[in-house]
Amino acid sequence: MHPKEYRYTKEHEWIKADGATGTVGITHYAQEKLGDIVFVELPAVGRKLEAMESFGSVESVKAVSDLYSPVAGEVTEVNSSLKDNPALVNQDPHGGAWLVKVKIANPKELDQLLTADAYQKFIESEAAEQ
Amino acid sequence: MATPTTTAPRKTALNAVHRALGAKMVNFAGWEMPVEYGGIIEEHRAVRTAAGLFDVSHMGEIEIRGPQALALVQQATCNNAAKLAVGQAQYSALLTERGTFVDDLLVHKLSDTHYFLCVNAANREKDFEHIRGQHRFDAEVKNTSDDYTQLAVQGPRAAEILAPLVSVDFSQLKPYRFTRGQACGGDCLIARTGYTGEDGFELYFDPEDSEKIWRTLLEAGREHGLVPCGLGARNTLRLEAAYMLYGHDIDDTTTVWEAGLGWICKLDKGEFTGRRALLEQKQKGFRRKLVGFEMRGRGIARDNYPVLLGGQEVGLVTSGSPAPFLQKNIGLAYVPVEHSAVGGRIAIGIRGQGVPAEVVPTPFYKRPR
Repeated sequence: MHPKEYRYTKEHEWIKADGATGTVGITHYAQEKLGDIVFVELPAVGRKLEAMESFGSVESVKAVSDLYSPVAGEVTEVNSSLKDNPALVNQDPHGGAWLVKVKIANPKELDQLLTADAYQKFIESEAAEQ
Repeated sequence: MATPTTTAPRKTALNAVHRALGAKMVNFAGWEMPVEYGGIIEEHRAVRTAAGLFDVSHMGEIEIRGPQALALVQQATCNNAAKLAVGQAQYSALLTERGTFVDDLLVHKLSDTHYFLCVNAANREKDFEHIRGQHRFDAEVKNTSDDYTQLAVQGPRAAEILAPLVSVDFSQLKPYRFTRGQACGGDCLIARTGYTGEDGFELYFDPEDSEKIWRTLLEAGREHGLVPCGLGARNTLRLEAAYMLYGHDIDDTTTVWEAGLGWICKLDKGEFTGRRALLEQKQKGFRRKLVGFEMRGRGIARDNYPVLLGGQEVGLVTSGSPAPFLQKNIGLAYVPVEHSAVGGRIAIGIRGQGVPAEVVPTPFYKRPR
């Protein structure tokens, strides 16, 4: 369900590192919890983000969810197709509906994020609490 | 407004059925209720184009019986229940002495000595106590909320889905009229009422019959495009129709005049709770008004976002959402009266930015007739 090669946050973002470039999105679990996504707000290219800084939001019919950058870095690209097709986040959250690409400032930060297994355990414990 | 509870949420008789259908469940007003099954947008559109089935058993029922039942209803509610015929329902409200809302509700006249009130889930006990507090009439007030399952069948195809399943001919049943009969084999109060802006029915019956009636409706309706709908679609549908939601658009701080509900207050019917305050407010005037607005800039207004004018906060969004059928972002907000005219430009504060919006007529959606 949640790809092994990605790293995850407790705020339900994923990051896929490819050299110095990190691609960031929200998880399948997050999109399912949100329901029909109707709006995505993304930052400007060039914006510098701290780790866990809010950089935008996704909104479903019912709820607003802030987006947090898993690592520090500079935004190099945003997925502009989501402006006209926010529902893609529901359909392909781990692929075509990536949100931003960042130039990773400190690759060591990736090690502090959750592995797929740890994330899976985290969402199971979250679900059990509810 | 969801009432914060530390106790386990209550469950309707259909809780397991909703879970088996894969519904997402949420806590609403102390009740564990389905918020969506297949998705809010799909459910919302089904109700606008075909039909939807809602479990709304969290709603409360209060019954008033006795020789002076009408006198008590007249004292406690602001609309004129004396105008009701047997088999007729009326939108009304319970008011405080200050002319603000205890609740909004539907008053059904079952007989000259028996009135049946349908009230909001979060307000069941409060309303019951409020009505009892005005008790100086020869009438009995009972909170019968637990005696009923309430289902809503809503949408342009609701009537043709329901017709073969009920024992009575309701083809002549007008909006805000009800009848009693058998539905899917169980005794039922069948009202042509709803909270979606579509034609439709609300059924009240013994919780024992819940599964049988729910399943029969769902199966019979499927070929007509009926889908089960949760509270998510119920909210977006009622907002497109600009129906009030207690705890959001109206509460015990908002007056009837501010909310634009003067039409349900019959000041000439005689004494009722809140009347004196309403008369005073009518003379003095009021400063804010509930308006409908549409976003003109990119962004979705949400409950409690500020309304801005010239950078100053002048009001508050009480209901804000995407409108799935209209495909616009809409909302209701209290704004100063001088800025309440249709066509007026306002801004909604969204994450620190003022996003343009325009005051528009309500309801946002009117069904084709």
